[in-house]
Amino acid sequence: MFYIFLFFMIFLLIAALIAVHTDNLLSSVICVGAIGFGGSLMFLFLRAPDIAITQIVVEVLGLIILIRATISSDKTFISGQREFFGIVVSLALLLAISGLGLKALDGLPNFGTPAFVAAGEIEETIASQEYIEQSLSKTGAANAVAAVILDWRAYDTLGETTVLFTSILGAVVMLRKKTKNTGAIEA
Amino acid sequence: MLYAMCFLLFVIGLYCALVKKNMVKIVIGIMIMEYAVNLFLIMLGYRVGGVAPIVGHEDIRNMGKFVSESVDPLPQALVLTAIVISLGSLALMISICIRTYEKYGTFDITRIRRLKG
Amino acid sequence: MKGMTVIVKSISRWVKMLIFLFGIYVTLFGHLTPGGGFAGGVILAGSYILLMLAFGREYAEDNLSLVVTSKLDCVGALLFVAIALSGLLYGSAAFFYNFLHQEIQAEKVKALDLVSAGAIPLSNIAICLKVGASLFMVVLILSVFRCDFSAGEREVS
Repeated sequence: MFYIFLFFMIFLLIAALIAVHTDNLLSSVICVGAIGFGGSLMFLFLRAPDIAITQIVVEVLGLIILIRATISSDKTFISGQREFFGIVVSLALLLAISGLGLKALDGLPNFGTPAFVAAGEIEETIASQEYIEQSLSKTGAANAVAAVILDWRAYDTLGETTVLFTSILGAVVMLRKKTKNTGAIEA
Repeated sequence: MLYAMCFLLFVIGLYCALVKKNMVKIVIGIMIMEYAVNLFLIMLGYRVGGVAPIVGHEDIRNMGKFVSESVDPLPQALVLTAIVISLGSLALMISICIRTYEKYGTFDITRIRRLKG
Repeated sequence: MKGMTVIVKSISRWVKMLIFLFGIYVTLFGHLTPGGGFAGGVILAGSYILLMLAFGREYAEDNLSLVVTSKLDCVGALLFVAIALSGLLYGSAAFFYNFLHQEIQAEKVKALDLVSAGAIPLSNIAICLKVGASLFMVVLILSVFRCDFSAGEREVS
């Protein structure tokens, strides 16, 4: 099982490197699609079917939106990088973040033993344990993920809908034509 | 090992977002970072030989076995909302890119800065 | 933008119904099987986007116009808040209290039935409306804007 994850991670890394490195925007977008679909398969092997379904559908829509932005613009071959000083500052920031992140990796539990099991040996009540044990008896939902997002942590979903509403509203405002007289959305 | 590779994916996305000059490339870098974070959170809840956190017909009679085998549902629930939000923010970023292209005729951010005024 | 070739049209004429039904199934059974409101909403939006890509924007807009879409969006958001508030009114005074669950349990419904889980399927439907309508709206807006894409070139030069 571990080698399946290793294979998918190497696939994702290669796709990400190509997506970053290539100059052609369309092939870069296609490589992002490869990352998304590979990630969806990996979610399936990580026993998260909800996330796999959502990821694969969202990936299709995101590809449509991205291709929409790139395909009708002619100047897609913009290569090169920013000016020298900006690159130096960015790389220094990148190195600092990498160092801190690699240091933080030591504190993580081993792959395959989730964090709530490790914490459950110390403390008595763990939220994740409660969710698994009582999702059926307390909410009646067999799918523990649905029970978490719509019952126990529904505030999170309410905030999510607000954020989605605001971002879509921003996109609509950004893209509509300016109609001076009526002020209505003329799209 | 897998955590480190996931972090490497994040760093690749961050490099793309910081260094590249094309606006759509920056959006792509941000998307790669989102994938890396989602993947990391799901990996944190994985259990070796685990089952999905969905109670089936057989599991009702044998809840103890299910509880000891199920993966963590909490990161999955949080990532589920994050994926949909990422699509919304992607639409917002792309619409900003299209507006900028319509205004300046290019995706190059250095030239956009030069044309300001 | 008059749509694609006849092969794409005649296939998508049949496939669109299947995608729509699958979206409804994923939404309604979200509390029992993998899926839920988010995935179901995006699948419903995807069926309309398939229509839009295959037949052109005008055809899709005849079926589901922009005004109706934005209204559906608001209806979904309000329905979700209404479910939350009714938990406050009927239940033990808690926001997002699962108020239907106790009554359903009193009716001796078996576990893993379609109408178990109280307010969770209703919330799934609300989320599905919200997500599907807003995502279809943004793709529609993005495709509307395509006609003016060359206008910027003249403005710059």
